[in-house]
Amino acid sequence: MLNVGKLTEGFVLDHIQAGRCMDIYQSLGLDKLDCCVAIIKNAKSKKMGKKDIIKIDGGLDLVDLDILGFIDHNITVNIIKNGEIVEKKELTLPKTVTNIIKCKNPRCITSIEQELDQVFYLTDEEKQVYRCKYCEEKYTKF
Amino acid sequence: MKHLLSPLDLSVEELDRLLDVAADIAADPSKYAHVMDDKKLATLFYEPSTRTRLSFEAAMLNLGGSVLGFSSADSSSAAKGESVADTIRVISCYADICAMRHPKEGAPLVASMHSRIPVINAGDGGHQHPTQTLTDLMTIRALKGHFDGLTIGLCGDLKFGRTVHSLINSLVRYNNIRFILISPKELRVPDYIREDVLTAKGVEFEEVTSLDEVMPQLDILYMTRVQKERFFNEEEYLRMKDYYILTREKMALAKEDMIVLHPLPRVNEISVEVDDDPRAAYFKQAQYGVYVRMALIMYLLDMIPGSDK
Repeated sequence: MLNVGKLTEGFVLDHIQAGRCMDIYQSLGLDKLDCCVAIIKNAKSKKMGKKDIIKIDGGLDLVDLDILGFIDHNITVNIIKNGEIVEKKELTLPKTVTNIIKCKNPRCITSIEQELDQVFYLTDEEKQVYRCKYCEEKYTKF
Repeated sequence: MKHLLSPLDLSVEELDRLLDVAADIAADPSKYAHVMDDKKLATLFYEPSTRTRLSFEAAMLNLGGSVLGFSSADSSSAAKGESVADTIRVISCYADICAMRHPKEGAPLVASMHSRIPVINAGDGGHQHPTQTLTDLMTIRALKGHFDGLTIGLCGDLKFGRTVHSLINSLVRYNNIRFILISPKELRVPDYIREDVLTAKGVEFEEVTSLDEVMPQLDILYMTRVQKERFFNEEEYLRMKDYYILTREKMALAKEDMIVLHPLPRVNEISVEVDDDPRAAYFKQAQYGVYVRMALIMYLLDMIPGSDK
């Protein structure tokens, strides 16, 4: 059993699907942070069997929760103060995602004008469907 | 500032008002001959479309206005690599309103985000073609008198046919509309039309491959051309282009008051022998298209005579 030190101030991204922590690390730009970041892979979980966890020794403003919500809104965000969990934040699917995914439609204006923001709107929350702002091409998460 | 990028930019009330104005123009075009005397329309056509461009130009000239623009990307700064955003910023200095056709989907939206003048989407790739929809709606209202309760057959290329997508988006806002979608499996409507428009709004529709079987049910038959430029593969295009041909024999199966529409140009999907049939309305459509574009230009510039706005 591997022990990672207890966080006193910061936040924990818990219940990350096992194997996905590095994707999240990259997508949230955690490699650019100066603070201490702990990545735990394949931790035991009653609910999930195995899960990944990321602990960040810093304020919640360091990450974009919309990006996290888009990647997996089932991730739990625990805010830690004085070594205790003071708040559990629920993630939701963001209504708009900008520059996280790219439109794959070869007929879309973004295919020739690369400086345009890649903007997708959530059009079906239940099916987790996003559509390109420009051409309405579908992007399904699963 | 108002733009027209999708038919849904207009509420049903705005649409009805626009069609009323267009009908008034049709009754007496001379009343509107000088409404745009000092105004200019820019036609920014990044891909060839003689018909739509000339219809816009005729509309502006009929209103007393002037027209400037280009008719292919080769003769514009796009050939030098200029972005849509930069082009529209410049055109905003030259004209009062613009109509844009672009092969890439969403280009008119990008233009509207940077424009100081109203932008009309004159067709963007396989996406939207709202002024064709206005033309179609005006033709239907003029010839059928109403939209409610109609059974509308859409036939041919329903996948890339943007006129079809725009028309469906508009008509679903009326009561008891029923669609019969007639196409080869490869050219069925995109899933966003099927799921987000038809299914989501509870509109009755069926997808079939045989035109003959459904002809007797139709109040309107909307034929489309299989467009070569929408295919990446020549072989696939050749296989699809003659899938449906409307003939006198097929017309014999239809109701006496059915009307046949087509956005034109027609290639061979409607046999010329059908042209003499009184139910063939596709050339009338072209005339209505000018009237409705006249109404639209006035509406977007808030210059409808007698209007408060």
